[in-house]
Parts: sequence; structure tokens; C-alpha cells
Amino acid sequence: MRFKKNIATSDTGFIFNPASGDSFSSNTIGSEIFSYFKEDKSRKEIISLICDKYDVDKNQLEKDLEDFFSQLRDHNLLEE
Amino acid sequence: MHSKTRQIDNKRKLVIAVTGLNAIDSPGPGVAVIRSIREYADFEFDIRIIGLSYEALEPGIYMHHLVDKTYQLPFPSSGAESLLLRLRNINQIEKIDLIIPNFDAELFSFIKIRGELEELGIHTFLPDLEHFEARHKTMLYKFGKKHHMMIPEDRLIYHLSELGKAAEALEYPLVIKGKYYDATIVNTKDEAQKAFYKLQAKWGLPIIAQQFINGTEINIAILGDGKGNTISVIPMRKLYITDKGKAWAGITIEDPAYINLAQQFIKATKWRGGCELEIMQTNDDKYYIMEVNPRFPAWIYLTAAAGQNQPAALVRMALGEKVEPFLSYEVGKMFIRYAWDLITDVGEFQKISGTGEL
Repeated sequence: MRFKKNIATSDTGFIFNPASGDSFSSNTIGSEIFSYFKEDKSRKEIISLICDKYDVDKNQLEKDLEDFFSQLRDHNLLEE
Repeated sequence: MHSKTRQIDNKRKLVIAVTGLNAIDSPGPGVAVIRSIREYADFEFDIRIIGLSYEALEPGIYMHHLVDKTYQLPFPSSGAESLLLRLRNINQIEKIDLIIPNFDAELFSFIKIRGELEELGIHTFLPDLEHFEARHKTMLYKFGKKHHMMIPEDRLIYHLSELGKAAEALEYPLVIKGKYYDATIVNTKDEAQKAFYKLQAKWGLPIIAQQFINGTEINIAILGDGKGNTISVIPMRKLYITDKGKAWAGITIEDPAYINLAQQFIKATKWRGGCELEIMQTNDDKYYIMEVNPRFPAWIYLTAAAGQNQPAALVRMALGEKVEPFLSYEVGKMFIRYAWDLITDVGEFQKISGTGEL
């Protein structure tokens, strides 16, 4: 998973799309996921990293993550 | 130290007259134009700014850190001759080098008297009358067809009975627009009729019925050299919009499509001077030109902040200097407008109201 090339992100979870002027803020887990994007981790790897680190039900995480990714897709931020 | 002081003293004075000092909730661009010029560090001139106002309560009149002296002008409705007469009078006192007009309603007169102003030694940097007229909202669709640019289809309505046919051709929702200002989105015949009467009473005929385009509005500030070359293009997306549809905050954005569109427009019109394109970008990435404002927008200071000081570049071109096109700007540069209560004395208000000068 990765952001489109022109998308700017910060360590605080702030996202800026220079083509549209849209900006978004995410919570800390969101910004952690963005850091995995930067390391070019796959969806599977991200799930495994979060499951190892936090006490979370894997099925629930998969659902939440899918929802999160679809929001990013809707806002035209992800590379397809 | 001594030689530096002398150098400053030796700077030639450059007198620039600017209109549009109405920095109000629906602002004119004058104050932002002056601010951009004042902050341009590379002028070899000592700048003197002459404000030209129409109303005694235009805030720019009282901003003495920006405007050195203000003179009132006759309203645009009184015509080009009385404007010229007043400017001759002011010029005898001020020896103006350059005038930058910033109001849509006054531009026609300024373009008409451009030659006479030149004879007085006053430069301007304005579009030709032909191009100024061609981009008028009543002509825009025709203009777009001629130059292969996308403009929403429209019909000019001179009588209420023509409205039904227009609605049949363009379908609801429709945008009903006044000849000069104002626009309303209508969904039914009743709403369309109401809008027709309201706009007719305010701005006269024709009324424009325009196809509604759904999308994201982008504004582009552009500067052309009058030979078809684009000197500067800065696209901006409004982040906060007032109830009058004006940007109260905005951000510079990046998309080569905007730059290409602006260049295409300037090439087609050989546009001379500043201009604002209002663009609607649809969800399937079509770019419609909704309107062409034939002067700098009120948010023009953002161009200076983003690295392309359009007003300063216009001054240099108006003085005959060759200005190379800007190649880059800062994306993500924002402006946030704010309201500020400027305190003055009734004596100042009395002076501009009574003598037409401050």
C-alpha cells in the first residue's frame, strides 16, 4: 500500500493533497499506518505488525483497516 | 552609511495609482495589489502610491502605511470623458507613471482612454477592447467554441417567454446570471422566473441562463504579456467561502491541467495584464471556464507569497521591462483573510468626503 506520489504526509498524521488542496488529519494509529506505507509494507504485513503490537482482534482489525483504506481511496490519495 | 543614504535619496520616484481600495467583505483587489508592490524588494524606485476611490468609506483610503494620498474619482456610470478630466487634474499634481485599475465596471472606460493617458505620460497594462469584450459573460460561450475551450452552454434571455425554451435545451438545475454580477441556481420554472425578475431589476437585460456544472471550483490568477506569452499562473482552491461566494481562506494547488488551460487562454486572447479564471473541475476531470474576471482577484497577494509577485511583474512590464515567465511557485501556501477595525478620526472622513482628497 502506498500514497500517490504527490501526496504529502507528516509524522503527526496530517495529509495534504497538492492537486486538490484537500487536507486531512488522522489519529495516532492512522499515522502509524502511514509510516508503514512509507516502508512499502503490504496490507498483510501491516495487519501482522499491528496485531503483534496491540491487543486487537484480527478480524475486527481487518474490517477497520478495509474501511480506513476505502476512505483514503475515496479521497483519491492511494496509488491503485 | 553616508553613501547608502545618498543612494536611497537618489532613487527615482515611481508614482502608481491604484483603484479598488474597498477591502470589505466582498473585496476589491486594490489593497492587495499595493501590498504586493510595496513588498517587492527589487524595485529601483521609491514608490509613491496614489489611491483612487469612489466611496469615502473604502478602507484603503485610511491605510496610510500603504496609500500615500487618495483622490476620489467620478462613478464609472459618468463615462470615460469625466474620468479622463479627473485624471488630468490629479496628474497635474502627482505626475502619475502608471495606473492599475481593479474594478470590472471601470475597466471599459480605462481601456477607452488608454491612448490619452499614454500621451499624459501615464502607462497602463490593460487588455485590448476586443479581448476584454470577448470574455464578457454574455459572449463567453461563443469565445470558448472559437478557441476550443470548455464553457458551460448558455442562452441569453431578453424576454421571460424565452426562459422555457432555454430550460428545455439546458435542463434543470440551471444557473440564472445577471449581466454583470450575481448568480442563482434554480431547480424549477417558478424559481427561474423569480430569479429572472430579480436580476432584470438589478442589472438589466439580457439575463444569462447557463447549464449547471457540478464539481470543484478552482480560481486561477494569471498574468499575460500582451503577446500571447504567459508570465505567471497561480491556481488556488477556496477553503472558506463567505455567503457572497468570496474566498475567506484559500490554498495554492498544483495540477498541470490548470497551467495548460491558463496558457491556452492567454495564447488565444493575447491577454495583457492580470486576470482571474474561475474554473469548475468535474468529477471526470473536465475543466470548464465558468467566468473570466478581467483584472487581478482580491486574493492576488497570495501570488506574491507563493513566489510569483504578479502585481510587481505587471509594473515592470508596464514600464517597458522584459519580464521572463515564472517557472515555479510554492504549493500549499495559504491565505486566511481577517477583519480588523481601523481607527481614524472624523476629520479624515470629512476631508475625503468634502474635498475628494486625503
